[in-house]
Amino acid sequence: MSLVMTLATRNLLHDRLRFVATLIGIVFSVVLVMIQMGLYFGFGHMVTTMIDHANADLWVLPKGAKSFEDPSLLEVKLRDKVASVNGVASVVPLVIGFSDWRIESGEVTPVFIVGVDLKADALRPWNVVEGDVRALSQWGTVAVDRTYFGRLGIKKLGDTAEIRGHKVKVAALTDGIRSFTTTPYVFVDQKEARFYTGTFPSKASDLIIRLKPDADRAKVIQDIRDRIGGDTEVLTTNEFRNRSRSFWLFGTGAGAALFAGAILGVIVGTVIVAQTLYSSTKDHLSEFATLRAMGSSNNYIYSVIIYQALLNAVIGFIIAGAIGYVVVRATERSALPIMISPWLVAALLLLTIVMCVVSGIVAIIRVVRIDPASVFMR
Amino acid sequence: MNEIIIEAKAIKKTLGRGAGEVQALRGIDLALRKGELTLLMGPSGSGKTTLLLILGCMLTPSSGTVTVCGTTTSNADKEALARIRRDHIGFVFQSYHLFPTMTARQNVQLALDIRGQHGRDAARKSHEALGLVGLEKRARSLPDSLSGGEQQRVAIARAFVANPSVILADEPTSALDGENGRAIMRILADIAHKRDRAVLVVTHDPRIVSFADRIIRIEDGVLADDKSEEGERLRLPKTASWP
Repeated sequence: MSLVMTLATRNLLHDRLRFVATLIGIVFSVVLVMIQMGLYFGFGHMVTTMIDHANADLWVLPKGAKSFEDPSLLEVKLRDKVASVNGVASVVPLVIGFSDWRIESGEVTPVFIVGVDLKADALRPWNVVEGDVRALSQWGTVAVDRTYFGRLGIKKLGDTAEIRGHKVKVAALTDGIRSFTTTPYVFVDQKEARFYTGTFPSKASDLIIRLKPDADRAKVIQDIRDRIGGDTEVLTTNEFRNRSRSFWLFGTGAGAALFAGAILGVIVGTVIVAQTLYSSTKDHLSEFATLRAMGSSNNYIYSVIIYQALLNAVIGFIIAGAIGYVVVRATERSALPIMISPWLVAALLLLTIVMCVVSGIVAIIRVVRIDPASVFMR
Repeated sequence: MNEIIIEAKAIKKTLGRGAGEVQALRGIDLALRKGELTLLMGPSGSGKTTLLLILGCMLTPSSGTVTVCGTTTSNADKEALARIRRDHIGFVFQSYHLFPTMTARQNVQLALDIRGQHGRDAARKSHEALGLVGLEKRARSLPDSLSGGEQQRVAIARAFVANPSVILADEPTSALDGENGRAIMRILADIAHKRDRAVLVVTHDPRIVSFADRIIRIEDGVLADDKSEEGERLRLPKTASWP
């Protein structure tokens, strides 16, 4: 094995204080980027959680609806027109909207009502951990997520509260169905949803469409558009997902803020690593000049510096990864879950390596100017 | 006559610019041969180091040509000059320039490493080179724990481990006491005579002239005296100059 690695390691460990400072810089930078991007993906997942679980191929929305939570309504009679299109297997109207939840102490908190059609294979509570969703067919029953117990003032299955002055009982509990808006989702039967949200029977929020297995998707979309007119839109699930993410993450500025934080992290990390690598290289200039005088190629010297940068990157990334893991575990049940996928981990490792190697280039520029003859002057 | 390893012809070198311009070398002709230990002597500012740098392919002459093992250095870029150094020249520096974080063996092995020789074979060669300078038992020592003489011996082992055709040494004994100085010169003389290498030692240490096969004196950028070129071999008593 070449001594390049040995020389790089010894150079790094020679000044331990500087090595620690470099690692702190890298760890700070990577953890910051990890959290920002983890929040971004966490938010991205949260804002589409209902769309992801609606079991839909297509969505019919009021024109301009920006997200699942958009309050605009369409005519429910469109259901029959859509259902008559060749290739459509089922059409389920969805009723959603904000309402008030009052706990026993009299305190009121806003909730987001999601109407469930138990007869249809469409949107309904998932991750049910207690109770039975079928119980929602009884008037005055709800399904809520247990992570919202505090907000909803309840403690267990069977507890009661009021929605718009009407007593409701918790008949099912889910786990992990959280809202990006922090307003708890409350699943109820669709008829009750109209009642709690003040939606007329002639109206619906969206239509959820399932296609037949052999349907030509593009043709069905076009046929639906031709049939239902201009006040509505037909989107695929993926298009609706992207629109929701775009609205919540970029329309509100939340995503831009997260990206700005991530970019800031990369810049801070690069500057810190560049500064410490440069200073380390400067301290070892006479050694690099000696190598050059002995006839070493520039590439040999560059590889020592790049190895130093890579060592910084790998060690820094491992520490940052451990911290990131703790943060992910600590936030997974919070209102701000940080989601880190294997792809994000791989991207972060690549980013860390690029950041450190780019930092190494600053040191390399300094080494390029070394005069091997300087060895004879000292 | 032994084979010529380095040949310099009509070397001139101007340093500085404008009012600070200095003619460091004013037309030097010189050939270094295999099996010969040559001393380059002269007062400070005489051009010794400038000539050494030009012969060692670290500085290009303003005019004239240098040929190292048949390769002319004229028009060679920095990387090509580095390649010539790597292929043919070993250096011994006045202040050793060992890598403080590397062991004696690793310091020697670096000279092989930059030549693309790695692994056990390189480690074995490095160990052998340390053995030839009497330091095989200090192979694992860091430079800080070695005396000045030992450090210079490690530097010599590093200079010859890759089997270069010529060794250029800059004041190798100036920081050493008499005993260590003698030891270093014996090693360099052995390299020249037993290993059939060209060795050039730049010095103004009069104690080491007894080891020389040839003494070149330089003054004001010109060769003032070259004993062997005149056909006179120097054979001073080996202990005459040292106390």
